[in-house]
Parts: sequence; C-alpha cells; structure tokens
Amino acid sequence: MSAPKFDFDIAVVGSGPAGLAAAALAASKGASVVLLDEQAEPGGQIYRAVTETPVRDRKVLGPDYWHGAELLGPLRDSGAVHWPGTIVWSVARPREDVADGHRPIQIGLSRNGAASMLTVRHVILATGALERPFPIPGWTLPGVLGAGAAQVLLKTSGLVPSGATVMAGSGPLLWLLAWQYLQAGVRIDAILDTTPKENWRAALPLLPGFLRSPYLGKGMKLMLEVRRKLTVIGNVTALRAEGAIGGDSALKSVVYTRNGAEHRLPADTLLLHHGVVPNLNLANATGCAQRWDEQQRCWRPTTDEWGATSVEGVSLAGDGAGIGGARAAAEAGRLAALDALHRLGRIGREQRDQLAVPHRAALDRALTGRAFLDTLYTPAEAFRAPADDTIVCRCEEITAGAVREAVRLGCSGPNQAKSFLRCGMGPCQGRLCGPTVTEVIAAERGVSPADVGYYRLRPPVKPITLAELAALPKTDADIDAVFKH
Amino acid sequence: MFRRLPEIETALNAAGHTVSFTIDGRPASARAGDSVTAALLANGVTACRTTPVSGAARGPYCMMGVCFDCLVTIDGTGNRQGCQVRVAPGMAVETQNGKREVER
Amino acid sequence: MTATASPKPDVIVIGGGLHGCSAALHLSMRGVRVLVLEKDHVARHASGVNAGGVRQLGRHVAEVPLSVASMALWHGIRDLVDDDCGFESHGQIKVAESEAELATSHARVAELNALGFTHEEVVGRDELRSLVPAIADHCVGALVSRGDGAAIPFRTTFAFRRKAIALGARFQEGGTVTRLSRKNGLWTVETADGARFEAPVVVNAAGAWADRIAAQVGEPVPLEVIAPMLMITARVAPFIKPVVGATGRTLSFKQFPNGTVLIGGGLLGRAVRDENRTELDFSQVSVNARTVWDLFPCMRGATIVRAWAGIEARMPDQIPVIGPSGTEPDLYHSFGFSAHGFQLGPIVGRITADLITGGSTDLPIAPFRVGRFAA
Repeated sequence: MSAPKFDFDIAVVGSGPAGLAAAALAASKGASVVLLDEQAEPGGQIYRAVTETPVRDRKVLGPDYWHGAELLGPLRDSGAVHWPGTIVWSVARPREDVADGHRPIQIGLSRNGAASMLTVRHVILATGALERPFPIPGWTLPGVLGAGAAQVLLKTSGLVPSGATVMAGSGPLLWLLAWQYLQAGVRIDAILDTTPKENWRAALPLLPGFLRSPYLGKGMKLMLEVRRKLTVIGNVTALRAEGAIGGDSALKSVVYTRNGAEHRLPADTLLLHHGVVPNLNLANATGCAQRWDEQQRCWRPTTDEWGATSVEGVSLAGDGAGIGGARAAAEAGRLAALDALHRLGRIGREQRDQLAVPHRAALDRALTGRAFLDTLYTPAEAFRAPADDTIVCRCEEITAGAVREAVRLGCSGPNQAKSFLRCGMGPCQGRLCGPTVTEVIAAERGVSPADVGYYRLRPPVKPITLAELAALPKTDADIDAVFKH
Repeated sequence: MFRRLPEIETALNAAGHTVSFTIDGRPASARAGDSVTAALLANGVTACRTTPVSGAARGPYCMMGVCFDCLVTIDGTGNRQGCQVRVAPGMAVETQNGKREVER
Repeated sequence: MTATASPKPDVIVIGGGLHGCSAALHLSMRGVRVLVLEKDHVARHASGVNAGGVRQLGRHVAEVPLSVASMALWHGIRDLVDDDCGFESHGQIKVAESEAELATSHARVAELNALGFTHEEVVGRDELRSLVPAIADHCVGALVSRGDGAAIPFRTTFAFRRKAIALGARFQEGGTVTRLSRKNGLWTVETADGARFEAPVVVNAAGAWADRIAAQVGEPVPLEVIAPMLMITARVAPFIKPVVGATGRTLSFKQFPNGTVLIGGGLLGRAVRDENRTELDFSQVSVNARTVWDLFPCMRGATIVRAWAGIEARMPDQIPVIGPSGTEPDLYHSFGFSAHGFQLGPIVGRITADLITGGSTDLPIAPFRVGRFAA
C-alpha cells in the first residue's frame, strides 16, 4: 500500500472560540493546519460577525462579545490556513488496517459549490452548540424564532424586532439578548420566565461556586438591570404560540399560564430560548461514542481530559463536547491542539503536559459556577417532553403524541422512531428534535434517557447536491468496478 | 417582524452599501453582507416557504444553518439555506412552496 | 436465567430479520410454537435499512421460481400480515443505455421464456419514455417486469413480527447466540446474557452472522459480510412510479410516495460486524451519484440528505443458502441472500415451514443447499 498524501496535519472544524484557539496554537507550533468553517467570517455563533458587524456602538453587544476579536490576531499570525464558507459534511474515521504510521482521515467538504475530499492526520471538531429545541404548540409559526437566531440577526445585520415582541424561556442567553436590546433602545413587551421555581432549591447549594466565578457574576448584574427596566413575568409553566384564528400563516399571540391562570399577549415576534446543547451531529456521524449528561440534560460525545474522542485521530473542543461557554471553549481548544501536536510527534509528552498547565488552570476557572447555571436553568419537564399536540420533529411534522403512540407499539428509542415515524429523517437530521425525542421516549418508557439512546446520524451531515457528489474525484478503478461488462 | 437599527440604516444609505435584488420578482434592497434570510426579514418577509409535508407556512428559526426552515430558491436553485448565503446584487430570491419540482 | 414462564418452543429461530420473522409467521400459522432470538432488535440490520425493492426482474435463474411464488404472496401481503407493508406495484425497469445492452435484455427474455417464465419483457425507446418520462435521451430501451414494485422494509419486517406474535410466536431481543448444541434430540441455545433455550428444531436466519451459527455445528460456509450503501434525497414532487435499475451499471432508483428518492444498487461501503457498524466509501457513493446524473438529468440539483449502509451476507455464487443442515438433523438454514433477499422473504419463510412441518417443499431449492460449498 502506498503512503497516502496528506493535505494538512490538522483540520479544525468550526471557527468559534475553541476552533480559533486550537488552530492558532497548533499552527504556531509548526503543524500545517486548516481551519474549516461554514461562515464567511471567523467567530462562530458567540462572536458571530465580530470582524464586520454593523453594530459599531460597542456598548450594545457588550465587552464579552468584543473579547472575541482578541482571538483573531493569534490566528492570523499563526500561519493556519482559514477556509471560510466551507461546509464539512463527513469525517471518516481512519481504517484500522492501514499501513504502519499512516492513519489518514478523510474529510468530505463543499466549498464554492464543489465537493471534495481532504486527507489529514488529525481532526479537531469545534462544532459548538445550538439552542436546545423549545417545543411548544405553535413554535413552527413564522415569527417564532430562537433568541440565539435573533442575536445573530443583531450581530450580522443590525436587525431587531419591531412590533409586539415577547421573549420567553430561561438561561443566560435570554437575559443577555434582552440586555443588548435595552442598550440598543429596542422595545420588548414582556419576558416570560419559565425557570422552574423548584430549581432554586437544587441550585442554591451550588451558589457559592457560582459567586467565585470571575466571569459569570457579570451575568447576574445584567439580569438585574433587565429585571429593573423590562416587564418580566416569572413562574410561567405553560406556553403556546398562536396564529390568526383558523390560520397558520404567522404568529398573532402568545398564551401563557402563570399560577394556574391563562393569559394572552398579542405578539408579532416570539423569541424562545432555554439553554444550549452540544452540536454533536458531525461527531456522532463520525462514530464518536457519546453519553447522556444528566446535569446538562443532553447527549455529549465522550472525551478524555484532552478532548480525545473514542475515534483515533479525532478530538473535540468547546461546547460541542459539553456546554462550558466561550472562555472554557478557547482553553479546551488549546488543550486539544497540544494533544494533537503530541500525537503527531511534534512535541513530547512532558512538553505537552507542561504547556497545558496554564490552559488547564484557566479552563477550571472558566468552568467555576457552571453547575449552578446548569441546575438553575434545567428546563421544566413540560418544555423538554411536551404535551401530545406539540410538534417535536419540525421537518417531518411529527407530534409528541405520535412519538408516545409509537412507544406503545414497541418503539424503544430515537433510532426506532426514525423507522416508525420518519421522526428525525428530514434535512435537519434530528438537530431540532433529537433532545426532545430522547426525553419523550424515556419518560414514556419510564427509563433514563441514557437507556433509550440517540439517533445514529449519517453523513452527509449537511445536505449536498447530487451534482456535487457525482463530481467528487474518482479513480478509474472505482468506475471500472461498477461496469459489469 | 424585524427592522434595521436606525443609525445603521442611515449609515448604510449614506455610504451606498446596499444591494438590489428581487423577492418573487419584486425589487428589494438589503445591506451588503446580509444573509438572504436577513435580507428577507429586513424587507418584511417573515414566512419564506411552505412545508412539503402539510403545506404549513414557515419562516427562519435558528439563523445558524441547523433548522432548515429558511429554505428558499436562489437564482433558480431550490432548497438553499437562506441564512447561509449572502445576498448578492441582482440575485433572484423566491419563496418556496411544498415539494420542489425536480430540476429546481 | 431460564425462560420458564412460557411453554417450551417447538422451533427456535435465530435472527429477527425478515427471513426469521417470516419463518416464525409461517410456522405459527401452522400451530408450531416458535421462539425468535434476536441479538439486537428486530429489523436492526439489512431487513430494516435495505432499498425495499420487490423485484423478480433480472434474478439468477435458480431464484426465479421462488421469486415468482413470492411475488404472488406480495400481491396479497395484507391477507398474510394484516398490513400492506407500503407495497406498491408499479413495475421494475432495467434501462439499456446502448443497443448492445438491449441485445443482452432480449437474450435474457429468451432464456426465461425457454424456462417457461414470462414476467420479463423488452420495451423500446417510446415505451420506456412513457413508463419513465424523466429518463435520459440516450437510453434505447429496457427490460421490464410489470408486476414488480417496492415496499417499506422496516414496516414489512415489523408487520411479519406483529402477525407472528398475534399467532403465538415469542420474540427475545438483545441477546447474541453464543452456543448451539444438540443432545438427545434437543437443541440447547445459549445467549450472551446467560439465558438458555431448548427446542427440538432450530432455524438459522442470522443474516450476516449466520456463518457463526453454522460453524457451531461443524458446517463452515464462505459467507462474506458486505455493506451495500444507499442514499436519499429531500422530498421532491412525484415524477416517477417504477423502480429503475441499469443494465450496464449498478443502480436502484425509486421515489417513495412521500417524495424522497432512494438511490442505491449495491455499491459497497465497509462493514464492521463485531461493532454493528458500517463505514461509507464516498468515492463509491459518488460513482452511484454519477450514474443518476447520467440517467436522470433532472436530478442533478437534488439534495442528498443522508447516506447509509446495512450489514448483509453475500455468498460466493450470489445466491442464498436455504434448506436443511448437512451435518445435523433438525437444523434449517435461511441466509446469505446476497443483497437481494427482501422480495424472497415471504416465500422462504413458507419453504422453511414446509420443510419443518412436512419434510419437503414443492419449490426447487436444490441449488441453495449448504453442501454446495464443500470442497
């Protein structure tokens, strides 16, 4: 077998804080690194458009956002190659039977409308987080968006809601966005806080750790300012979005339950948020083992202290490996980069460990207090495993009731739900229904989500056109192999 | 419904950083650098397609390429994620109804 | 742990794929007490994720009598399992891209006619276009089997399971068979979770793992584990009814009623059967995409949303093993369907039940005997 040709030593997928930091560090130590990212500009979602946002008044997006710009200089200086606008649709684990020392990993990607395969020695997945699906009746109506989506519109385009606007849910991002809207002079009619009252009891013992956090305390101040200046309605236990009577064309009102009584607010825009979960589709489709995290109530790929996954040559850094926030993500990116350099033989074990010391300390600092947030902002079960009439799979329009019915017919987990219902089989590949389907099936069966499993995801993890696939480079042998005569 | 922050709108028009394109054939304008989906929202288009399953109206939900609800037809090619494509001068954006015909 | 709660089964079927479920159903219909042992869950592998083609077209001549008999069962599938299994019959078509390929099709029809089978016919350019308006201009004709069609694999396998259970069969999922032994006319089957089951008769329908069962009784078989790949598009408006294949290259192309288009045909990824997983080979997926690009120009802009592979067993001569063991009495094989066993599911279950309850079958199964591989 001839030695494979490697395009790069390391490919980093995603240019949020973890990917930026990983690529910069790995390249600065002499590895050839390519940073692959879907967006046109680096930053990921947290620092989205940090190089080009039209929102030039720095007080609107706040200092934590502008901190992201500090990650860009080191990337530029490192010599890492940045390929923006690149969609990674497959990472193939190295074959076990390859010749000594060569374990090529093949990455399928699309760039400028053309698909190609890239061969590298190591991959660092820094795919970040996505908003935890917030299934309520009517969440598919136009006018209902994720708060994270609204924040992207603010960062990238300076767009803000007009007309009657309601925000609903829980978690730091909801408060941050409300605060940013306040700074920008945007009117919000109400914030419906769905944080379960009883969460405080469980979270309180964790409060001292939270108060020690050098970063998270700022969030508290910002929340208090929002509470002072905006209408915040607490203890919301049920929520639904409604269109015009008999119509389904656009949002008209938000109906919520508080202390057992139902209330209605007119709304043109409803922004939902109750936390974020790892964006694990690529890791899952690559075959990385994953586990259920009870505290964060989500699946997360299994990693060691360096971010190494169960698949040789594939590591993970940042929120894609479990939610820790932007500061923690950057440090995790650096640790993954050091370990990759070690595995590639560029630095020794001792050097790796020594270089890691400050980053590990910084990671620990960044994660201080996270348990408090996780516990306080665990969404109520009614919002994780919603009532029967709620759509859970937006692509195939499958309701929670249909999933429960399938469980009664013998469907034991999300994978079987695909076969029973086509649930999770649409273009989003379960990103918007996976956590919900897991919770609904687990609750219906009376077992832990750990026991029902998760979707086995399949490449391409992002749709590609048949023409792109057809044009992938093929050897003559590949073509001969399919002609029978 | 979304609007541009007024100071940005003013700066945009003063500097001429706008892009002309069409929505279902109607002339429209957006900021250079807007995604197609942001450009639609800035022009008051909240619903961009109907679903192939029930025909229900949908609009953008995630703005980061994961929900596939912002699918539109761009310059004749269907099922494009509007939030992942930048609006370009002369671009023809069409809202999308139900299942695409093949060849679209 | 022993299964004491229920009466001892007459037959243990190893493998909860379509063939295991079909054998269980046909045996249960005759009052035989059946226990199915499945190492994962029913329809987990090839039976749940195959292309769903219900095809007589182009089969190995040895399979044709079985395939024709199975087709009759498919056309009455609701009577058999109380579910239509998503079966629709709009024919299967094998497109000829040149006059030379069309000549191959004519020869095939002549061969079948000589054997007394008339289900395949050759159609010319115009008839091909009326059957498949979207076909590329260069195609000159096709081989057609009008009674063929397609069904939904997982739904089908589950329907067989459900009906078998309704008739008294039991299913035990989640335990891999680790040992098979026979003493005093009774088989003992042990599973990895420590359970033991006994029955006078065993059916080996273990699919890609069937060689391990056969090896337990000193009957090695040259089974190759393969991973045929498939891909599927986002929904598009309905534009084609029949299932389309090609004469000169590997293709299976069909549109589901929901609008998604399934593209496969048997190009192989890599199976890692001990880990229950498969790996795709995108250079081969690309070859398949290129075939569709050539034959259906209208599909070039279609979006591919998912690709996958199932784990299947292939025999060196590409036809299955069906019938009694050559080394042990009261053991029957049904495996090695070589990536085209779905259509045969209904009939092979009946054949296995015939053999167990009556000692013989009226269908010609001699070509499928396990002993054919002995040196």
